[in-house]
Amino acid sequence: MKVTVDMDKCQHYGQCCFEAPDVFELDADGKLQYVADVAEERRADVESAADVCPMQAIVVE
Amino acid sequence: MTGIVIVGAGLGGLRTAESARAAGYQGPITIVGEESHLPYNRPPLSKEALSTGVAVDDLHFRRKPSVDDVTWHLGAPAIGSDLVARTVTLADGTVLSFQALVAATGIRPRRLPIDGPQAGCIVLRTADDALQLRERLIPGAQVVILGAGFIGCEVAATAIKLGCTVHVVAIDTEPMIRPLGAELGSAMRVRHEHHGVHFHLGRFVTGFVGDEQITRVTVDDGTELAADVVVEAVGSVANVEWLAGNGLDLSDGLLVDDAMAVIDAPCPMFAVGDIARHPNAWFPGPARRIEHWNMPTETGKRAGQSLAAVLSGAPMDTAAFAAMPSFWSDQYSHKLQSFGMPGLADHITVVAGSPDGPCIAEYRRDGQLVGVVGIDMTAELAPYRKQLMGQQ
Ligand SMILES: Cc1cc2nc3c(=O)[nH]c(=O)nc-3n(C[C@H](O)[C@H](O)[C@H](O)COP(=O)(O)OP(=O)(O)OC[C@H]3O[C@@H](n4cnc5c(N)ncnc54)[C@H](O)[C@@H]3O)c2cc1C
Ligand code: SF4
Repeated sequence: MKVTVDMDKCQHYGQCCFEAPDVFELDADGKLQYVADVAEERRADVESAADVCPMQAIVVE
Repeated sequence: MTGIVIVGAGLGGLRTAESARAAGYQGPITIVGEESHLPYNRPPLSKEALSTGVAVDDLHFRRKPSVDDVTWHLGAPAIGSDLVARTVTLADGTVLSFQALVAATGIRPRRLPIDGPQAGCIVLRTADDALQLRERLIPGAQVVILGAGFIGCEVAATAIKLGCTVHVVAIDTEPMIRPLGAELGSAMRVRHEHHGVHFHLGRFVTGFVGDEQITRVTVDDGTELAADVVVEAVGSVANVEWLAGNGLDLSDGLLVDDAMAVIDAPCPMFAVGDIARHPNAWFPGPARRIEHWNMPTETGKRAGQSLAAVLSGAPMDTAAFAAMPSFWSDQYSHKLQSFGMPGLADHITVVAGSPDGPCIAEYRRDGQLVGVVGIDMTAELAPYRKQLMGQQ
């Protein structure tokens, strides 16, 4: 599954990181880093991450 | 019977429908909304969307394909209901019958009874409100904001950014004092003052002055403030009137159990989002309504599962409901973030940084951690959140 975060929208609040810590992470500077290509079995958590993003910046395909 | 009827087409309504589908419910779902818009994201209405221009199309939530077959009945509020007959009546005369009902009608801004003309006094809850307000926030406009909570403070910051003169009048002694406490509230006040906001704290408005349109606002200490626009942000009222006459306790939203089922309802009925007064296993004390953006998703998820169970004749999951309230706020370049329920605290300690810069404060009640707030220190909050989830 393909994950995209609209970095113009993302405010680096890290809400997504709590839902899928293996996919989304805030780096040492507090900036979001994420994995773009994710195994299908992680879909439920990745979709939860997209749901809880306050900026609705995450697209899961 | 028409399956599930959800009243309220906001985030809570949408998430409940998606969750019912994810839990296997395949029957009909109708979502009724007072606003003519499909569900959209409200927080930007006081922040970026208010400063850059309000376009509802950019604010719509992405809807999961599983709810493509939902019937949206938008632009007509529910005005009545009969929970025994299982019907909801809409303002356009439509009567919908249901097997199970969801109340997701949220809250609306409280209005103060203030003497004088009312034109020019705006509240902020909907995209239409934000559009109206945006039109008036022109450079040089004199803005008077009633209330120094999150919405009042965010509007103040946005109005300053847009070149307005801003006065905030509030009965509280510091901005955002209830969620933040005095020390962080005062630290945020200093930041606002640095950007030019004038605060009138411990004060209340005694009247609006003007012919048809408000031109001045009078304060109880005798001050008169010139006003091109007044923003009233003094708390909220739950949208429950459409449920009157059914014997439910409507004094503070709707009381629900761990499954989000409404207590004392004579039919399968659930409540989600800002309107739901729910228990929370991670926080002590009585059921509470939490007006935070992440709660409609949490409560909606649970309600959807309960709906799917009830409508297939299976028992509902009655495990204790536990969710982490989480709040963020953007003011100027500052980011506030909170986890838990800092408002419950009897003791607040700054544990990292200092309030005049990036910092973290712990909120404790009877020695127990009940909340954490960070100013410009987001990533560092994660361990505190974990602690909040682990200890109770
Ligand atoms: C300007 C603003 C800024 C915010 N900023 C933040 C923030 O930074 N962080 C944060 O955590 N939270 C924030 N919030 C709070 C957050 O947006 C709410 O907690 C969330 O929207 C609640 O969702 P809900 O679905 O319960 O209610 P709502 O989103 O209010 O949806 C309820 C819907 O029901 C409709 N309705 C009402 N009555 C009826 C009726 N009788 N019949 C049919 N439909 C009806 C309403 O029109 C509305 O569309 C903000 C809110 C506002 C207004
Ligand atoms: S939740 Fe959204 S805004 Fe926050 S870091 Fe993740 S993608 Fe960015």
